Amino acid sequence: MNSQSITPHWEHFEHEADIGIRGIAPTLEQAFEQAAVAMTAVVTHLDSVSASKVVCIYCEAPDTELLFVSWINELVYEMSAHGLLFNRYEVVIDNGTLSATAFGEAVDRQKHQPAVEIKGATFTELRVYQQADDLWVAQCVVDV
Amino acid sequence: MDTRQFIQRDETCWEIQPQGAMRVPAIIYADAQLLEDMDQKVYEQITNVATLPGIVEAAYAMPDAHWGYGFPIGGVAAFDIDQGGVVSAGGVGFDISCGVRTLHTGLTVDQLQPHKQALADALYRTVPAGLGSRGRIHLNHETMHGMLTGGAKWALEQGYGEAQDLERIEEHGCMAGAESHYVSPKARERQKDEMGTLGSGNHYLEVQRVAEIFDRNVAKTFGLRVDDVVISIHCGSRGLGHQIGTEFLKDMAMSAAQYQIALPDRELACAPLNSPLGKQYLGAMRAAINCALANRQIITHLTRQAVATIFPGIHLGLLYDVSHNTCKVEQHTIDGRKKSLYVHRKGATRAFGPGHPDLPSVFKEVGQPVLIGGSMGTSSYVLCGTKDSEQRSFSSACHGAGRAMSRSQATKHWQGRTVVEELAARGIIIRSPSMRGVAEEAPLAYKDVSAVVDVADRAGLARKVAKLEPVICVKG
Repeated sequence: MNSQSITPHWEHFEHEADIGIRGIAPTLEQAFEQAAVAMTAVVTHLDSVSASKVVCIYCEAPDTELLFVSWINELVYEMSAHGLLFNRYEVVIDNGTLSATAFGEAVDRQKHQPAVEIKGATFTELRVYQQADDLWVAQCVVDV
Repeated sequence: MDTRQFIQRDETCWEIQPQGAMRVPAIIYADAQLLEDMDQKVYEQITNVATLPGIVEAAYAMPDAHWGYGFPIGGVAAFDIDQGGVVSAGGVGFDISCGVRTLHTGLTVDQLQPHKQALADALYRTVPAGLGSRGRIHLNHETMHGMLTGGAKWALEQGYGEAQDLERIEEHGCMAGAESHYVSPKARERQKDEMGTLGSGNHYLEVQRVAEIFDRNVAKTFGLRVDDVVISIHCGSRGLGHQIGTEFLKDMAMSAAQYQIALPDRELACAPLNSPLGKQYLGAMRAAINCALANRQIITHLTRQAVATIFPGIHLGLLYDVSHNTCKVEQHTIDGRKKSLYVHRKGATRAFGPGHPDLPSVFKEVGQPVLIGGSMGTSSYVLCGTKDSEQRSFSSACHGAGRAMSRSQATKHWQGRTVVEELAARGIIIRSPSMRGVAEEAPLAYKDVSAVVDVADRAGLARKVAKLEPVICVKG
């Protein structure tokens, strides 16, 4: 199957104390977007989050893996400082800089029943790479 | 892991001799069973720690060690600034100065029994817990600075607590050397409405009963008797500490090459103690320690308010307050000489023994209380520091049980509602905003803390004093 025809998706992977997030997609940008969806799924059921607020994110780093950690940490900051949850993202990466739009809403404890708060993205199991089938993978463990 | 990878020094001491880039040995304190059950990652991580510049004596792992970030959780390492020693953001962790504080209530279980539900409701109403909860305190620029430099002492000055609380907190409630100007605007923004909040994950406020006394004399000094009711608070430096950890981890990873530090794992990111980045981290990390101390002090105040609504006129005095994610400058004896060392404890509790000059007079004869938190629905322990632990582990002991099962495995095994009902049948009341959070923290998702504590005792890291069992647990 042509990798371009594979739908971008996400998954969690096991870590002894915490949890891993992974995005898999035809493009690097989509892999970053999907990993961020996986992060929201650590906190709450995705279906419970609507997209009534928009936040712009910008970050940069000397390599793609550090850029990925920076991206997730920018989202963790927005979630923590401004009490938000996101369910959709649009990412553009250009020459080591990332600019993105995150769509979400304010946390509602009744509606979202948040399970845990994410402290930060870690370098553990941090990998950003293109598989032999050309699909991009972006992953790391998040500390909860 | 395979115990044949180690030289067994005694029943609980397992050594890995220096090989490759290791500068010192790595030592794990465990019995054969705990060691076999440990993830091989602990071996990798503790031997990686042993390669860091300026490390002295050995890299240590406590009996509860498990796969962490760069350092294993349960890792202890001390660095000498005169030998090019480093400070590592990963060696402290994201939740800087996360710790446990235990309060006496003066109540017995029988006195509590008729009011259990009411007390659970009052505590849950009064102490903000879980994601999306906000504190009632709003910090501006000036009060933020006061909090970051003053810690629990600042909280006391704001009216949260009693003067006698301070001597029963490590550093007497205020970490010296905090430099608030190294705390970023983002870290401040994350904290400005979070003072006095528990957080989530494995953090909790628990009403406990003293179930068993192991050392009658020390228990008397600590003011613990069987069937006494105590309250323990487990939380840390909240969003501020997480943000400082995040930012310095990235900065240290990016500057390692500049400092000619070869990192076996990027998560071990560190900077020389005498470098500008190392000094900035120390200043910010100490400010985060103050944030954690202030946070637990404010939660103590809220707890006192809640308990007073059910038991008017009651006094809740501190047993002690310990932190288990820190880097602190301490005097230790190396080759017969006193040295100032930067001791990292990542998921390890300081355990100063009898006679240590930093202890308040009340604990001088018996050593400091070492508070070991269990998980929701399982036992916790009070231990005391020993003379031996100075030689064995730079006066450090374990901090808790560690997970036996990942969060996603736990949610597949249990439903939050069922966990709450099963614990209720055992007389344990749970209050939590998230049933999924409860499932992820199910008691059987954690290792048996009793086995960990027994080994800490046998290894001489700290001595068992009392066992605590949960009665009410407020989960974040």
